[in-house]
Order: sequence, then structure tokens, then C-alpha cells
Amino acid sequence: MASALPAPFSNWFARRGWSPRGHQLAMAREAEAGRDVLLIAPTGGGKTLAGFLPSLIELSARPPRNAPPSLHTLYISPLKALAVDVQRNLLTPVAEMGLAVRVESRTGDSSVSKKARQRVSPPDILLTTPEQLALFCAWEGARAYFEDLSCIIIDEIHAIHSSKRGDLLSLGLARLAQFAPNARRVGLSATVDDPDKLLGWLTGGTAKPGVEPIIIRGEAGAAPVVEVLLSENKVPWAGHTAQHAMAEVYAAIESAKMALVFVNTRWQAEFAFQELWRLNDANLPIALHHGSLAAEQRRRVEAAMAKGALRAVVCTSTLDLGIDWGEVDLVIQLAAPKGSSRLVQRIGRANHRLDEPSRALLAPASRFEMLECRAAADAVAANAFDGEVYRIGALDVLAQHIMGCACSQPFDLVALYDEVRTASPFAGLSWEDYERVVDFVSTGGYALKVYDRFRRIVKGPDGLWRVRTAETAQRHRMNVGAIVGADTLTLRTAGRSGAGRKIGEVEEWYFEALDIGDTFVFAGQVWRFEGVKGADAIVTRSADKDPKVVSWGGSKFPLSTYLAARVRRLMTDEAAWEGLPADVVEWLSAQRDHSALPHENDLLIETFPHGARHFMICYPFEGRLAHTTLAMLLTRRLDRLGVGPIGYLANDYSLSIWAMKPMDGLDFDALFEEDILGDDLEAWLEESVLMKRSFRNAALVAGLIERRFPGERKSGRQVTFSADLIYDVLRRHQPDHLLLQCARADAASGLLDVSRIGDFLARVKSRIRPKRLEHVSPFAVPTLMEIGRERAPGVSAGEMVLEAAAAQALIAEAMG
Amino acid sequence: MTHLMTIAGLAVALRPSGALWIETERALVVADLHLEKGSAYAARGQLLPPWDTRETLRRLSVEIEATDPDLVILLGDTLHDGAAGTRIGEDEIAVISDIAARRRLVWVVGNHDAEGPQGLPGEAAADLVFDGLVLRHEPRPGADHGWAAGHLHPCAKVRAQGGSTRRRCFVTDGMRIILPAFGAYAGGLNVRDAAYAGLFEGDPLAIVLGRGRSWPVLWTSLVGD
Repeated sequence: MASALPAPFSNWFARRGWSPRGHQLAMAREAEAGRDVLLIAPTGGGKTLAGFLPSLIELSARPPRNAPPSLHTLYISPLKALAVDVQRNLLTPVAEMGLAVRVESRTGDSSVSKKARQRVSPPDILLTTPEQLALFCAWEGARAYFEDLSCIIIDEIHAIHSSKRGDLLSLGLARLAQFAPNARRVGLSATVDDPDKLLGWLTGGTAKPGVEPIIIRGEAGAAPVVEVLLSENKVPWAGHTAQHAMAEVYAAIESAKMALVFVNTRWQAEFAFQELWRLNDANLPIALHHGSLAAEQRRRVEAAMAKGALRAVVCTSTLDLGIDWGEVDLVIQLAAPKGSSRLVQRIGRANHRLDEPSRALLAPASRFEMLECRAAADAVAANAFDGEVYRIGALDVLAQHIMGCACSQPFDLVALYDEVRTASPFAGLSWEDYERVVDFVSTGGYALKVYDRFRRIVKGPDGLWRVRTAETAQRHRMNVGAIVGADTLTLRTAGRSGAGRKIGEVEEWYFEALDIGDTFVFAGQVWRFEGVKGADAIVTRSADKDPKVVSWGGSKFPLSTYLAARVRRLMTDEAAWEGLPADVVEWLSAQRDHSALPHENDLLIETFPHGARHFMICYPFEGRLAHTTLAMLLTRRLDRLGVGPIGYLANDYSLSIWAMKPMDGLDFDALFEEDILGDDLEAWLEESVLMKRSFRNAALVAGLIERRFPGERKSGRQVTFSADLIYDVLRRHQPDHLLLQCARADAASGLLDVSRIGDFLARVKSRIRPKRLEHVSPFAVPTLMEIGRERAPGVSAGEMVLEAAAAQALIAEAMG
Repeated sequence: MTHLMTIAGLAVALRPSGALWIETERALVVADLHLEKGSAYAARGQLLPPWDTRETLRRLSVEIEATDPDLVILLGDTLHDGAAGTRIGEDEIAVISDIAARRRLVWVVGNHDAEGPQGLPGEAAADLVFDGLVLRHEPRPGADHGWAAGHLHPCAKVRAQGGSTRRRCFVTDGMRIILPAFGAYAGGLNVRDAAYAGLFEGDPLAIVLGRGRSWPVLWTSLVGD
């Protein structure tokens, strides 16, 4: 087999005591045929090397030449750190084989001089991010730079395609196909539900005649061994921390060489890290890794992992993707995994040898999570994945891309339309929408053509569109990108003269809930909050043993549709309860006897009085986002019915509404009628904070407002404020504007999960089972325990703040 | 709901729109309209929606309708820049003319529009005086008389109940008052900023603009940005 590879390569494999895997040889073979390839292989299957192998073979066989250097292979990864890591993994074989191949990386963090040098003298292989590709596309020299490109590799393609970054990347690929029509596309992916669709995303409408794209699959590894942790202690009714099982988690860590402990939020990570160290009598080296920590801190943890100096790392999704660090032999998922694909990906982090099974332990934090973990373990055993969502390309991203094209070189209107539609998210783009976007880029897209003289791009006498001024082009390049982060503050220690060392980045809202002098945990330390200075939150070390807990929150990922269906099935299949602990079975039985169990395809609604309130709780199992939206819409309806709803609470499993009057006499079929997604949704959305946030993001991506000007950088706060003002004005005077349309689409899909609610309402139509109860049911207990712990973010939260503050003024007046 | 109080002995209403109503003079005062700010940005390449002037004048018309004033006072920085008068649309000019035709319209000049109304209808003035209250664009620290001014675009970040909100506001100590910016695109400067230091005697009160209501909020409930 190894003989299929050129000598330096087969010798290198032999020297390492390896033989090339089937998919690695297949990659080399298909590259020769010039085919686009989607490689699907589990982590640890030599996927990265397989992606690069054909390029290395071509480059090593290239005759010496006098031509100036040119770029051969472009590698694009969604993670900045991943590009750095692959450079390391790629450089080792290159060095060991003595290949004369130049490999370099380029990210937003690369120095200006390095970027400039790379432009003049391109490496053979360039490792970069989608944003950098977008920047290249907006550069005058792009065409010449990519002319000789042979291969484009997109790593972790499953993690990027379904996002605005994916839209941007897809448009960048369409552009590259104009510069280098013969370049092969290679996608590297973890296992997905529908590989054909992913291949379609990769190749888009750029099929090369005679060379059909294909899917290559790596050998499947041994089936993973997944256990659900059955604690000695009772499973808690509610909560997200799994504190009850921490001793057992610690014991599992002790029994492993190295464990990754995955949690769903960074605050869960901080909590678990504290708890594990509290139990750490053996002084095991246990570290912490999450996205808010300062980059240097994360790099230190990663390096220690690679050296094998750690026994466990508590981490969030920051370690989900394919970075290969050290000999992990156990993956622990603390609190429920929320989806089966992510769980499989995380389990893949353990044991990078295919012949041995990966080991995973799921530690549920509550009773509902116990059901979810059981369902997830069964899904992994059945090798079943969540269905992926394929997006329709966002028009704000298209606007950014068109502006970039104009900055690069003049474009023909029709030719660019044809080009854009070869990017699969934009395959169905209508000419009308396209023209609207071009008009937006040029004049802002306003109903009255008042800005004709201020056009950003103009049509020349040659019929081609070009950017009007060099300054406009420069401003565009400073604002390229499709991710708009939450507003964050930099966490800094108090230095002697002003701000000191940077510890990490934390979302601004977190500090709203802290008073000066409050203590909290971050990066495994207790800190005292000293106040906010500009964009910094200043803190000092504290010895406080009892820091304030702001919000543990649940997962930021809602329960997947696929896993939710499995959970519903599990509840009604009593034979499957065997794998559940006794207290959970007892809870299910009590629910069955006192109320009812939700069936796979109906909706259980319980009504009962509790305290001075009347409750309605229903159990759709459709995830927190969909439930929150639905609860808000139902509350509006109930208000109109005169029921007097007071509040609501939504989690991944259920939603509950409480009111002044009983709700058991209601016409539930009418209440859950599908038309609830019509006017009520529209009316609520227009006023909502979510919509303003979506608008701001769309406006930033589309270039209506700018993050950076030459010579200055706006802080997030300033951007937020002016974006809100623009939103209010635009909504009143041009409600059909392109960016409002983008914002509505984003809010409906990303923040509200509207399509999922639609599917749900259709599924349970005339299958609603109301249960009128005398008192609270076993399933309702977790919700009632959560009420009061979390504040439901309402539309008029701001008004409530003002009312409360004004009451203080009133009291002061009365008492003064 | 409007907040009623006295400034330098004069009965005034602090309207949730950000306008100040002086009952004895039947005068409606608005500050910092910054008309044509949108087109000023557009000229520099940032194509903000051009509807800001239209929206600001719409809000002003609503206030005029509600209060029926004899006198409408624009308290400076009414136009965003010296060329705003050349960019403003016909429809918008008609709205201003209509106001000026039926009431006395006074443009107190500000730093952005030092040359006055640029040919638009209405009379220019450096300041106006009602009893002990001087109306002008910029606040003047140390003055021993009452004044009402704009210029700073006050805005308050209010904290209560574990949440916070940032809104435009009036800020006053009972002798002096700064009006919030009225313009649709006018940003805000936090009242905790150093620019406000020394303007008031003791801690001033913020009257914060809510939805249909202005809320008095104590200095101690306000935080910086």
C-alpha cells in the first residue's frame, strides 16, 4: 500500500512505524484526478495530514524554477488557534521529510510586517481564517496572488458552514474560483448526518466537467464506550452544576491518565474547577480552559496538555474542535450535552488511536438532564447525529462581499451575480434581491435617492462598478468580518498606577449584576470587583470563601430537535427506564400516576394552583429558545383573554406561565393555534431588545455602521447606542429596508427559533392533553424551584429599572 | 407623564420627549436637534438613513401639537454643521416654515450652528431671559443666576434591581437645568462624566426619559459607563 506514495513519504511513514491509512492514499489518488473531496473521518484518524498530503507530494515533486514564489495551497480554519496548531503538526512531517516547503500562518493577530511580506513573497502553504480570506478578496492584488493556487482546504467544515461566517467563506470560495478555476477544494469534517449536502456546500455551483466531487470516509474507530454517571447521591430536582456528583467525577479523573471535563458555560467551568480543587487531596494538576480567559493563559494550558503535564482540563466548547493536544483517555460531560453531534465530537477528543474505544462519562445535573443524558448515550451507541440546518445566505454578508469585490477590482453586474450564485447559500438568490443589495452598497438603499452624490460604489463609463474613493476602500477593509461579539469588558487587576494585568474578557451584562465590593470567581480565582474604568473592569484578589454567584444559567445551546425526540420517546417507553437510577424512576412513576407522562407526539399541559398563583406548565421539549419565544407569545394572548399573566419561565424541557386567575378552563387548541406566529410575533419583535441587537449586528456586517475608523476604534457601547437610534428612525420611515429585513430573519432563526415553534405547533395540533391538577406535579417541581432564581428578560426590563430607581427617589423625598 | 418642578422659581414641565415647557411664557424649549447629521455622515462615506431630520421634526411637531406654545425655542446646535442648510430637504423646510408662520420661532445659536438658521425661517438669538432664568446653548459654571442649557447631551445610566438601562435625561439642581438632546441621531454623554463637574450645587437630580414618562432618579442610583 505504502508504495503508492513517493519515496520520501513512504519512507517517512515507515520510519515512524506507521503505514498510510486507506483514506490518506485515496486523498492522494483523487488529488491527481483533480477532484474536489469531502473527507469525513473521526478525530485522530490522521485527517489533517490526509488533507495536506497531496499538496506536499505535489510540492516535493515540483521542479526547481526561476518564477517568483506563488501560493500553492490555502488552508482555512474557523479557529485562529487551530491555524497555529496545524502549522505545528504540519511542520513536523515537512521537517522530518526534509521537504523544501514554506508553510506560514496569517490571522488577525499576525503583525503588519508579516502580512506585508506574505503579500510580496507568498509561502507555498498559507494557513488562515475566513475573515482573512475576505480581506484578500477586497485587495487590489487578489487576482494575481491566487492565480497559481492549486488547492483550498477547509477544516472543521461541519462547524462553520451553518453560520454567517460560513456565508462569507462560501462567497470567498466563489471568488477564488474566478482567480484559479482549477484549484481543488478539500473539506475536512467530523461525521455528519447528511454528507452529500455538506459536499454540495463545499463545491457549490463550480462543478468541473468530467471530475465529479466525491466523499472519502476514514475508517470508523472502535465504538465509543459511553456511561451515564449514576451517583451515590440523589439526582437533584433542578440545577445545572452537578455538584452532587463531583466526588465521583473527581474519582473518575483519578482513574484516568488525562481527562477532559466538558461543561456548557464558562461559569459552570469556573464552578466545576473550584469544586474539583476543593476535593483535590491528591493535588492532581487540574487546569481550566474557556473562551474568556486571556489568550496567554489558554496557550499555557494547551502547552501543558501537549506535554502530558496535566491530569484534567475543565473546558467549554473552546476545546470542541480538532486540536490534538496530548493523550486524553477520558471525556467527562458535566451537565447534559444538548445534542448528539456535539457529544460525539467531544467524545472524539478522547483516545486518538482508532483501535481503542473512546471512553466517556456523562454526569447529569438534574432529573430531566438524567433523561437527556440517557437518550444521548443511546444516540451515540446508535451512531445517530443531529440533523444539520442549511442556511440561506444572509444579505448583510453579501453586501460586505460585494463591497469587497468593488475594492479589489471593477466588477460587471451580471458576471458578479452569476459568480455569487455559485456559492451554495446564495444559489437561490433572486436578481431583485441582488440588485437591492448592490443598491444598498452603493447608496444605502433608501427610498428617496437622496444620497446619489455620496455613492460608495459607482458605475464607470466602461459599464463596470468600482469603489468611489480610496478612503472608502480603506474603511471597508478595516471592518471586514462576519462575527460580531457581545460587548465585553477587559478584566484587569488594579495596578499601582491605573490598570494592571489583563486576566480575560467578560460580557458587559455580567457586571450589571455586581456591586462594587462584590466578589466572584474567574480563572479559578476569587476577585473583588472594584469598578469599571472605560473598557476595563478593575478587580483585586480576594480571600472571600463565599463569592457571589450571579447566574449559573443553562447551556447556551438549546436541546437539539433530534435529542428532544429521543427524550420524549424514552419517557413513554417504560422498558427503557431500566438504565435510570431508582429515584428518577420513582419520579417518572409518580408523574405518570399523579398527572401524565408527555407522549412522543402530543403536548401535555398541566394547570394547578400554587401559593396565591395559578400555574400552567407545558412540556414541549423543544429547547430554551423556542420555549422562551412561545412563552412570551402565549403571555400576550393570555393577557388579552383577561387571565392576568404575571410571569413566565422557560427551560429546555418545559415552559410555565403563572397568572392571577385559573387557566384550566381555557380553549387550549385556540391558545396554541399556529397563527400565534403571525401578528403577535411581528408586534412583539419590533419592540424587542433582541431585534435591536440583530439590527446592530446586521448593520455592522453590512457596513452601515463601522467598528473601526482609520485612527480610532469605537467601543462597543458607542456602537450599540447609535445603532439603536438608527433602528428607531429606520423602522418608522422605511420599515421594508434591507437591513431591517436581515435583522428580522436573524432574530427569527437565531434568537427565537421560530421555525422550530412552527414545526412544534403543527405536530401537536389537536393533540393537546390538558391535565387539571389539585396541586403541583412531580415534573413541575424543577420549574417551580427555578422561579425566582432567574430573572426573565422582558421587553420592558429597562422601564422596570427606571420605576424601581424612581421609587428610591420618592422614598428619599418622603424621608428627607 | 410629565415631571413638574420649578427651575430658578419658574414653573416648568420636563416632558418625556426631552422638551422643556415653561408655562408662564407658553414656551416650548428643545435642545440639540442636530438636523442633517445623517447626511453629514453620508458625505463622509457612511450612508446612515437620511430620515433623521424628518424624524426629529416629526417629534417636535408632536410636542407642539400637545402643548400649543406661543414660542418655540431651539436651544442651539439645531443644525449639525455649517452646510446643513444646503442639504436639508424641501419637505423638512416646509415643516419649519409652518411652525414659524404660526408661532414665534427662536434659534439660540450653538457651537455647531454659530451662524444661526442658515436662511431657514425664524429669528436668531445668543440667549433669552425669563425672570431669573437665562436660556442659552452652553452651560456656564459659576453663574449666580438660574440657567437652562443644552450642549452636553446628558444621558443617565440607571441601576436598580440588578439591571441597568441607559437613557437620555434632564439634569438639574433646581436653579440650573441641562436638557437632553432632542435630535434623532444625537448621542448621549453620561452625566457622571467629568464634563459635568462643577456645573451644579451638590448632587443634581436626573429626570430620566422613559416610555411616555419622565422619572426622577437620585444621583446615587446613577453609574458611569
